[in-house]
Amino acid sequence: MLASIWFILWGVLWAVYFMLDGFDLGIGTLMPFLAKNETDKRIMYNAMGPFWNGNEVWLIAAGGVTFAAFPTTYAVMFSGLYSALMLILFSLIFRGVSIEFRGKVDHPRWKNGWDICLTVSSFLPALLLGVAFANIFQGIPIDEAGIFRGNLFSLLNPYGLLGGLFFVLMFLVHGALWLAVKSEGDLHERAASLSSKLWLGLAVVAVAFLAATWFYTRLYDNYLQNPLFYMVPIVLIPLGTVAALVMIRLYVAKAQWWKAWFSSCGVIVGATLFGVVGLYPNLLPSSLNPAFSLTVYNSSSSPLTLKIMLVVALIFVPIVIAYQSWVYHFFSGKVEPADLLEEEAY
Amino acid sequence: MNALFLSRFQFAAATFFHFLFIPLTLGLSVLIAIMETKYVRTGDEEYKRMARFWGKIFLINFAIGVVTGITLEFQFGTNWSQYSRYVGDIFGSLLAIEATVAFFLESTFIAVWALGWNRLSAKAHAVSIWLVAIASNLSAVWILIANSWMQHPVGYVIRNGRAELNDFLAVVKNSYAIHEFIHTISAAYILTGFFVMGVSAYHLLRKQNTGFFEKSFRMALNMALIFSIVAVVQGHMNGAKVAAAQPTKLAAMESLWETKQGAPQYLIVIPDENNQRNRLEWGAIPGALSLLAYHSTDATVKGLNDFPEADRPPVTLTFISFRIMVGLGVLFLVLTVIGWLKRNKLEESPGFLKIMLYSIPLPYIAAEAGWALAEVGRQPWVVYGVMRTSDAVSPIATSQVMISLAAFVLVYSLLGAAAFFLIASHARRGPEPVEVEIQERRD
Repeated sequence: MLASIWFILWGVLWAVYFMLDGFDLGIGTLMPFLAKNETDKRIMYNAMGPFWNGNEVWLIAAGGVTFAAFPTTYAVMFSGLYSALMLILFSLIFRGVSIEFRGKVDHPRWKNGWDICLTVSSFLPALLLGVAFANIFQGIPIDEAGIFRGNLFSLLNPYGLLGGLFFVLMFLVHGALWLAVKSEGDLHERAASLSSKLWLGLAVVAVAFLAATWFYTRLYDNYLQNPLFYMVPIVLIPLGTVAALVMIRLYVAKAQWWKAWFSSCGVIVGATLFGVVGLYPNLLPSSLNPAFSLTVYNSSSSPLTLKIMLVVALIFVPIVIAYQSWVYHFFSGKVEPADLLEEEAY
Repeated sequence: MNALFLSRFQFAAATFFHFLFIPLTLGLSVLIAIMETKYVRTGDEEYKRMARFWGKIFLINFAIGVVTGITLEFQFGTNWSQYSRYVGDIFGSLLAIEATVAFFLESTFIAVWALGWNRLSAKAHAVSIWLVAIASNLSAVWILIANSWMQHPVGYVIRNGRAELNDFLAVVKNSYAIHEFIHTISAAYILTGFFVMGVSAYHLLRKQNTGFFEKSFRMALNMALIFSIVAVVQGHMNGAKVAAAQPTKLAAMESLWETKQGAPQYLIVIPDENNQRNRLEWGAIPGALSLLAYHSTDATVKGLNDFPEADRPPVTLTFISFRIMVGLGVLFLVLTVIGWLKRNKLEESPGFLKIMLYSIPLPYIAAEAGWALAEVGRQPWVVYGVMRTSDAVSPIATSQVMISLAAFVLVYSLLGAAAFFLIASHARRGPEPVEVEIQERRD
């Protein structure tokens, strides 16, 4: 029971991380396509500058909870996906440093260098996180000792790549919408029109991904095999996700950017939870033999640790959500020319 | 060259690099918070300029600390999966708690503080830097509790083929952790003090913004002086802690090969690790080591030769790290006492200012040496007496680690160079002139 609660929290943490850092990674990737001049670029940097750091802590929390609540999964997942994870980590280093260092020296070559770093290091994690999770959904080749029998390239299979593309598009739409929320004038127009083009791509890929999931994974089993009592609430997740996807389009058409962005949050959280619910009780299904899979039963921490962690989480996570919401509210205004004049601006 | 060796090298490189930035974050956040509090209390604009100037350096330093910290958490999984599996029940939960109760707070409010100069009242702005300062130091508490558990494991049972938690309070109240925290925090505040004094000395020597930098210098001096005393006094007590928890580390840091009753401390020792003896021992202080370790001049101190060879740490490295740390610690106390005597005539003491300028790297060296002693001296154990480092490594291909290690060295060298360049150029430029700020406000 405790382990199952932590399984849900584990899924929620990853979902929140994708929802928050998703728009940063999206904006970073879109930089060369949306920014026409230095001012545009600075608006894009300042649209995510106050948030990226707090957002990234959700990744640390998600990683930390995997470590604390499911140590065996943490061990196998991160050593198995070694190369992919290292690429993500180095990217996140470059991403953070690009944002923080770019504005510190007023020289075009310095700035252009960091701009390139930002775009590459935003795109790679978006792609690789999608590839990694899609591979987890379909199962990865781990043997009975928990040793990964594949390599970086075996992760780049058709379903994995489709998952990567799906994540990239989700984050691009999310980033474009956030930029539409945070900017004015020309840049806002470009972000807005790009978001609706990207949405079309996302809708197509989302359908393809859901269909491929039917053939490549066993995620739907949980939705089809459970008794009605459990089925009703969990079926709401994929349905809600699809509804949120449609709502993005409706709000974009009405130029209601905040609502469109919140709908996009719904898509990201819904898509992640759809996969997580489908996985249960597996955290890391083995593609070699279902008996080798790591589950909430065979990879969780002791009940005492889970209990203490739950108390800590129940007290502190609401506090974190409260002050982070306040900070989002505090910086919710559009990035204005006056903001760019501040000494500490990005 | 195997995955174990390369993983150790990689983790060492990553942690040592990370810790180049952490002490300044811990100390400077507090110092800036004090500056801003003084500004709120007195309304003296100079304190605000001070907070803003040192704040810019703080932000650059903070960013590197954050991004290099993430790789550490994940390296436990990538390179030390057997360790993670075996002790995740305890160690993992401490890291998760650190993120939840502390790291979220500092990472969220750092932006409020950095961009809040014109958006918040002076009071609210000071609160935001205090939140950052408290959260950073709270982060250190949890990380050091986790490290102390590796040094001196408590509150666990071996069950289901792993170490499981059975007394959370024992883990949190680990006496080793309390010592480690005081010691690390002292090191961080000394480092910060010397950093601020060194940069201030640079400007004082050039007679630039003298009032501004005299004030900064004196605040930093107070911090460094107080914590130099704490570090020396408490460091002395640490000896007894190490003797009780890790007798092999004590023997290695003193290069004591034979068990001795009333063990002396030698002023000069040259270890000869290959022949398991010392090439030279000179200047014995009778009974001093026994006194340090067991509070009695004729207590028996166990020598390395009475421990199985497989349980001994690398002696020379442990021994040298200890000597560097202690030697520098004493030097910091001497320099800060001299500084305190000269505190009101800094400008007339160019010789001293020059020494302080060139002393900036020394606390960095001392802090890294301290960690080398703590971590190398704990070997061959990753968790002392519970798990060996050689059993902790992931079943991964050597080639993978070789590539990632090369990437670490390359990326961190670039980052280090960029951070050094930015911090040095901001430090040299000095604070914004007063006129500009007034003009800005009129706009």
